[in-house]
Amino acid sequence: MISLSLIRKSDLWYSFTRSRSAMVAAIVLAMLILTAIFAPLIAPQNPYDPAQLDMWKSELPPIWDQLGEWPYVLGTDTQGRDMLSAILYGTRISVVIGIASVALSLLVGLSLGLVAGYFGGVVDNLLMRFGDVLLSIPTILIAILVSTVVRQMLPPELRDVGSSAVLVLAITLSGWVQYARTVRAQTIVERSKEYVQAARLLRVPARRIMVRHILPNTLTPIMVAATLNFGMAILTEATLSFLGIGMPPGQPSLGTLIRIGNQFLFSGLWWIVLFPVLQLCLLVVSVNLLGDWLRDALNPKLR
Amino acid sequence: MTALTVTHLSRTFDVSASWLNRVVERKPRQFLQAVNDISFTVPLGGCLSLVGESGCGKSTVARLVTGLYPPTKGDLRFAPGKKGDALSAQMIFQDPYASLNPRWRVKNIIAEPLRELKLRDTKAEVTERVEELLRIVGLSPTDGAKFPHEFSGGQRQRISIARALASEPEFLVCDEPTSALDVSVQAQILNLMRRLQDELGLTYLFISHDLSVVRHMSNRIAVMYLGRIVEEADTETLFADPKHPYTKLLLQTIPDIANPHRDREVAAGEVPSPLNPPKGCTFHPRCPMAMACCSIEIPQMREIGGTRVACHAV
Ligand SMILES: Nc1ncnc2c1ncn2[C@@H]1O[C@H](COP(=O)(O)OP(=O)(O)OP(=O)(O)O)[C@@H](O)[C@H]1O
Ligand code: SF4
Ligand SMILES: [Mg+2]
Repeated sequence: MISLSLIRKSDLWYSFTRSRSAMVAAIVLAMLILTAIFAPLIAPQNPYDPAQLDMWKSELPPIWDQLGEWPYVLGTDTQGRDMLSAILYGTRISVVIGIASVALSLLVGLSLGLVAGYFGGVVDNLLMRFGDVLLSIPTILIAILVSTVVRQMLPPELRDVGSSAVLVLAITLSGWVQYARTVRAQTIVERSKEYVQAARLLRVPARRIMVRHILPNTLTPIMVAATLNFGMAILTEATLSFLGIGMPPGQPSLGTLIRIGNQFLFSGLWWIVLFPVLQLCLLVVSVNLLGDWLRDALNPKLR
Repeated sequence: MTALTVTHLSRTFDVSASWLNRVVERKPRQFLQAVNDISFTVPLGGCLSLVGESGCGKSTVARLVTGLYPPTKGDLRFAPGKKGDALSAQMIFQDPYASLNPRWRVKNIIAEPLRELKLRDTKAEVTERVEELLRIVGLSPTDGAKFPHEFSGGQRQRISIARALASEPEFLVCDEPTSALDVSVQAQILNLMRRLQDELGLTYLFISHDLSVVRHMSNRIAVMYLGRIVEEADTETLFADPKHPYTKLLLQTIPDIANPHRDREVAAGEVPSPLNPPKGCTFHPRCPMAMACCSIEIPQMREIGGTRVACHAV
């Protein structure tokens, strides 16, 4: 276990305390994620529960407007749904999908990258060319394809339940390639180092050499990529939901909220679209700032 | 008694460009003969040294002997060890920085052979053995908790030696274990290795580009040039009566402490590329005694009074 004092003594922590943008980004991100996780406890309303929606309170503007009403701090939508609650719950969905798709891409990418880099030859060629093909198709296109195909295969009553899983799958399908490439390149470097040869002399099985010797030495660039990809995954999810092939209106993610709000942009109900957009920006920008800092902090040439 | 017999060992590397590049640029396949038809024996409990300039194939021989590379041609045979089955070779590597996993604590690095080969049963026994090994190589048992980057090059080589000893080998291949170290540290490591050889009855295949390092380690020396052994003799014979012109040249380039300003013949010319070795005797472009036949015919290995040498002029 890494103890707290070890973290405080590390170079990474030092660089963190020196970078104002990283600290601000970390605080903002922590707040966004915490409020999203504890949304059921702090949100004034459960936006999924039709019984809690009040048609008389629909289309209320934010609280600072003369017509605003407590507790609808950020106003309500056309069905009387509290925007703040919808945003907190929506962030929860976006963050969960982001984390799940990064985790799945990592699992697939790290394993395939290690195998391709360690064994080389035909396995390497097949895996990497397959990755090249996937990368040459735009992520959104793959995601659209996967989500339409998979959704058609699911029975109608499962379509809503399965849509988050479909999104994770779609984002993973193009997401793993980057990790696989990074790990493969690093594995090829590490494989020829003498500590790996020493392990091979002891007849350590290939799987254990890959996991216990090589993998830990490839994690630095992977951490950076994973952070930046977490932001990308949230954006991809939002785009898909905005296009109507992501999360359904019954379980709105930030992208779904923006799609719904977009319809009312010109009828003067600006708050229905603006606040979800702001939340999405805040989330992605803070993740990216953190990722940029991490990349610089872990790059020995920039120290 | 011989510990290892190597006969007509060769290793070729395929260094061709990728298939697409070859087709586009109309280049043929290219092969590099790193080790070319070498034979030698290592006496049990003794030390044979391989000496030669950088790129002559020493590390490739080491990797062939330990089984990291399969030979292209030829054969190597270990004698049965104490337990009856063939001797197992362990290796000490050239680069003390790349040979230890930077993410592992030293105690885990040294414990790996114990765990992999199941040489100790309980955790306590493993810990005890690791501490003992650290003490044997002149480090403190508390060093086990540190990471490799906290050690100097010499200390890292001690850790490498401890790891090699952990698997209880009877045969050690030492690939330039001191070439990356300061001269003062070199002597300490060499003394440690000699002590261990005496105490544990190890057999060494010792590799170096430096004849003066090898002199104090080995019973027998084989001189390599571009993948071939050109001369092999007992240590004292080789120093007293070198026969091959290349051996003579190597001996001349050893710094002379008693007479540092003596005139030295400059080693004529560069080492040719092993990709495109000279015809006949590969040494002929640099050889002061070269004759007409040297650039045509490969000299065969001959035995002259205990020395094996491959040269037309001897
Ligand atoms: N895996 C490999 N693939 C292709 N070529 C190789 C490989 N290993 C070694 N070579 C080539 O074989 C030749 C001999 O290399 P080797 O490492 O055995 O030399 P060396 O005598 O150990 O040199 P040094 O003193 O620099 O360590 C070199 O020309 C090298 O480029
Ligand atoms: S064979 Fe000829 S070129 Fe080669 S070392 Fe002997 S004399 Fe020199
Ligand atoms: Mg070498």
